[in-house]
Amino acid sequence: MNGVPTIFEISSPGRKGIDLPPCDVPELPVEELLGTANLRDELPLPELSQVHVMRHFTHLSTINYGVNTGFYPLGSCTMKYNPVVNEEIAARPGFSRLHPCQPEELSQGILRLMYDMQVFLAEIGGMDAVTLQPAAGAQGELTALMLFKRHHERVGEGHRHIVILPDSSHGTNPATAARCGCDVLKIESGADGRVDLSALCSALSNESAAVMLTNPNTLGLFESRVEEIARMVHEAGALLYCDGANMNAILGAHRPGDAGFDAMHFNLHKTFGAPHGGGGPGSGPVAVKAFLEPYLPSPVVAFSDGRYHLRYDGPDSIGRVHAFHGNVGVIVKSYAYIISLGAPGLKSVSANAVLNANYLLSRIADAYEVPYGRRCMHEFVASAAKQKAQGVRALDIAKRLIDYGAHPPTIYFPLIVSEALMIEPTETESMDTLDAFAEALLKIAEEAESDPEVVRSAPHVTPVSRLDEAAAARNMELRWTPGD
Amino acid sequence: MLELIGISDISELFDQVPPSLLLPRLLDLPGPLSELELRTYAAELSDSNGNLDDYTCFLGAGAYDHFIPATVPAITGRSEFYTSYTPYQPEVSQGNLQAIFEFQTLVCQLTGMDVANASMYDGASALAEAALMATGVTGRGEWVVSGCVHPAYRETMRTYAWGAGRSLIEVSRASGLTDLDDLSRKVTENTACVVIQSPNFFGAIEDLAEAERVARKNGALFVVSCNPISLGLLKPPGAYNADICVAEGQPLGMPTGFGGPLLGIFACKKDLVRQMPGRVVGATTDAEGRRGFALTLQTREQHIRREKATSNICTNEALNALAATVYLATLGKNGLRRVAELCLQKAHYAAQTIVELAGYELPFSAPFFNEFVVKCPKPVSEINSRLLRKKIIGGLDLERHYPDLAGHMLLCVTEKRTSEEIHSLVEELAS
Repeated sequence: MNGVPTIFEISSPGRKGIDLPPCDVPELPVEELLGTANLRDELPLPELSQVHVMRHFTHLSTINYGVNTGFYPLGSCTMKYNPVVNEEIAARPGFSRLHPCQPEELSQGILRLMYDMQVFLAEIGGMDAVTLQPAAGAQGELTALMLFKRHHERVGEGHRHIVILPDSSHGTNPATAARCGCDVLKIESGADGRVDLSALCSALSNESAAVMLTNPNTLGLFESRVEEIARMVHEAGALLYCDGANMNAILGAHRPGDAGFDAMHFNLHKTFGAPHGGGGPGSGPVAVKAFLEPYLPSPVVAFSDGRYHLRYDGPDSIGRVHAFHGNVGVIVKSYAYIISLGAPGLKSVSANAVLNANYLLSRIADAYEVPYGRRCMHEFVASAAKQKAQGVRALDIAKRLIDYGAHPPTIYFPLIVSEALMIEPTETESMDTLDAFAEALLKIAEEAESDPEVVRSAPHVTPVSRLDEAAAARNMELRWTPGD
Repeated sequence: MLELIGISDISELFDQVPPSLLLPRLLDLPGPLSELELRTYAAELSDSNGNLDDYTCFLGAGAYDHFIPATVPAITGRSEFYTSYTPYQPEVSQGNLQAIFEFQTLVCQLTGMDVANASMYDGASALAEAALMATGVTGRGEWVVSGCVHPAYRETMRTYAWGAGRSLIEVSRASGLTDLDDLSRKVTENTACVVIQSPNFFGAIEDLAEAERVARKNGALFVVSCNPISLGLLKPPGAYNADICVAEGQPLGMPTGFGGPLLGIFACKKDLVRQMPGRVVGATTDAEGRRGFALTLQTREQHIRREKATSNICTNEALNALAATVYLATLGKNGLRRVAELCLQKAHYAAQTIVELAGYELPFSAPFFNEFVVKCPKPVSEINSRLLRKKIIGGLDLERHYPDLAGHMLLCVTEKRTSEEIHSLVEELAS
C-alpha cells in the first residue's frame, strides 16, 4: 500500500494530542450517574500525538488544490479569490463566539449585520424580502419551491404540481422539485441555447407550479427574452424562479426581480467571495417579491423600536429549514465582501468577470468548438468534439490541464453539449493567468493530434494518477477497517 | 483584451441584456471600504455583541460551548483546504478526499454505524433527510417523532414533511422522556420511521432498546439523533440496531457561531447506503496500484440522477467535517472520553447544588448527560436578567417551546465551566 497513511494507521496506544484539565468538582462513579446498561463497551478512536496530527493534516493540505494554489476555472462554481481579511473578520469572537439563543440585547451587532444583509440582497436581486436560513443553494431552491407551494395553496391553486425547467439546468433544480413533491417537466433549449418560447408555451398548463431558470443560463448566455417568459409563466398562473448560481455575471447590471422573477437564491460562497471550504459550508439566502414574504421561514431578522430582533410570529410561514439562523459565519464573510466593494465595486466585479470569460473564449475558439456563439457572459461552454474524433475526450483534456498547473474546468455539463468544457475564469484573474491557461488549452489541442497518449494518460504530476472509480463504486470501501 | 474580443467598449459585453433590463443606476449599498476601514468597522460591530469569551454560558439546546484545541483552526485555516471546491477532480484533491474518508470512518467508530456520508448542513436538516430516506426505503409516508426531539429539529422536519407531502406524527412526553406507550400506539404499518433523540432535548437518556423494538415490530426504520460528545461514554446508536443515526457535529471542534455553520452528521446501515443522501468518499487505487480516494456512488446524487436523486444536497459542510476530523484525531479515544466525563460530572454537580436551593427542583428523574431541566421558583426571564448582570448567560426558557413547562429552564454544563463559574451561577440563582 502506498499513499499517505491514514490517522488510523499511524495511531498507537497511549498517544495523546492534548491534555485536559483535572476535574474541579467532586466526581461520582460514571456507572452510578448513567447506569451501566447505557455505557459503551469500547471507544475505537485513534490515538495520536499532536505532532502526528499537525504533520498528517499539513501533509494532506499539500496534496490539495485550492484557489490560493492556482487558477480554478470551474464553470458554474465561481471560484474567485476569497479576500483573506474576511476570514479574520468572521473569526472574531464577537461573531464566532455567539450562542444562537443568547439574549437579543447581547446580539444587536450580529442581528444588525444580518438585517443589513437581508436589505443588501433584496437590493442586489431587485426583490423585497429575504431569508438567510438556507445553508446552501440547493436548500435555497427547496425553500423557494416550498414558498411557491404555500402561495398556490393560499390562492386555491394547491393542485399545481409540475415544475418546468430547461434541459440545461443544474441537477439540483429537478432534484429539488422532486423533494418538494413536484413532477418535473423538462423542455429542450432552442437552437440559440436559450429557452424555446414555443416549447415553454406548450409545457405551461393549469397544473404548472413553477418554472426554474438560471440567468445567465448554464451555457453562459443571458435569457434575452426573460420578460416575455415571465409574462407567459404568470399568465399560466405559475411562478418564476431564478437559480442565482450565475449572479456573478450581472451584479449591478441587471436584477432578476426587475425581469419578473418571483424568487431567487444567492450562493454567497460563489458570488460574494466566501470560500467554498472543499465543498461547504456555503450559504443560500432566498430573496422574494412582497407577496411571498408572509411565507418566509421563521424567524426573520426585523428592526423595530430602535432595536433588532428575531421575529417568530409569521402565521403563514412555511416553518424552519435550519436548526438556528442559517450559516451566519458565511454570511459575515459575504457582508464584509459587499461593503468592501460597494456598489461600484460589485458592478466592476461582473464587468471584469464577463470580460475575462469573453477574452478566454476568443483566445481558444479556433482550437475548440464553441457551439453557442463567440460571445458569452461570465462563463462559456466549449466542446471537445473535435478532439474526441482524434481519440481525446473532455476528461482527458481536463486531466492534462492539471499537468499545466491549472484546475480543470467543469466537464460533461451542461448535458446538452457533447464533451462539454465549462469554463468560468472569474474577475479576480489577471490577463497573464488567462493567457497561460489559453496557451495550455491550445497546446493540448495540438497534443491531441500529435501525441494523444500523453493527454489520455494525464495527469503525470500528481501524487496519484487516474483512479479506478468503477472499482471504488464496486468495492464500497467507505471507511477504514483494521487490516486494510 | 477588448480588441481580441472584437468590441470597442466594455459596455458592449452586456449587449445580450435587453437595454430595458439594464439597471440605470448604481445599487444602493454602503461602501466601498478599504481593508483598514473594513477591519475597524467589523471590530466595532463585533465588539457590540456579548460573546462567550466575556460571558459564562450555561446555554446549550443544540449549540454547545466546548473547548476547541488549537490544532483545529490551524488546519481548517490552511487555504489549500478552505479555498478548494468539492473534490470532483480526485488527482488534485487527495488531501480533502482522504480527510473526508477519515471523517466517515471516525463517525462510524463513534456512532457504531456501518457507513457515513461526507456531511449534511446541520443536525436538523440531517434528521429531515433521514426521514425522507426512510420514506424512500419503506414506501411509507408517516414519520413518528418523539416530542422530546429538539423543537427546531421537529419544526424543520415538519417543513420538509409538508413540502414532500408526508405527515409528521408527534409522540407525547412523560416525565421528560418519550412516552413509550404513546409511541406504541402511534407506530403502525404506515410508519416510515421512528425518530428518537438521545440524550433528548431535555438532556435525558432515552430507552432506545424499547423504541427500536416498537419500530422493528412494525417494519419502520429506527432513526436516532444523538450528541457526539456523549458518545465518549454512552452506548452508540449502532449498538441499538439503529438504521440511521444523525447528529449535530458542532460540538466536535466548531464554535457556536450564532448557530451556523454547523455540521450535519449522517450514518446508516450498509445495506441502505444506496438510498443515503449526500456525498461519499471511497478508497480505490490508481493505474499504478497506489491507494487513493474518490467520490463514489455518485449515481445517487443530483448532478447524475437529477429528479431521481436520493436528495437535492450538493454543497455540504466539508470544512466543518475537517474540523471534526482534526478534533477527534487530537483528542483521540481517551481525550473524548475525558471530555464526556468532565461534562457529565460538572453537569451533575451543578444540578445537585441547584436542587439544594429553596424553590428549585429537578422535575425529571431519568439519567442525563450534560443538560438538565430545572423548575424555578420565579419566571425564567427574571432569573436570566439577573444572571446577565453578572455576565452569566442562563439556561433556555422552555415556555416558548413547551407551554406546560413555563417556569422551567434547560441548563447545559460543558467541560469548560469551572467549579467557580458553577458556584457563581448557584449563588445568583439563590439570591
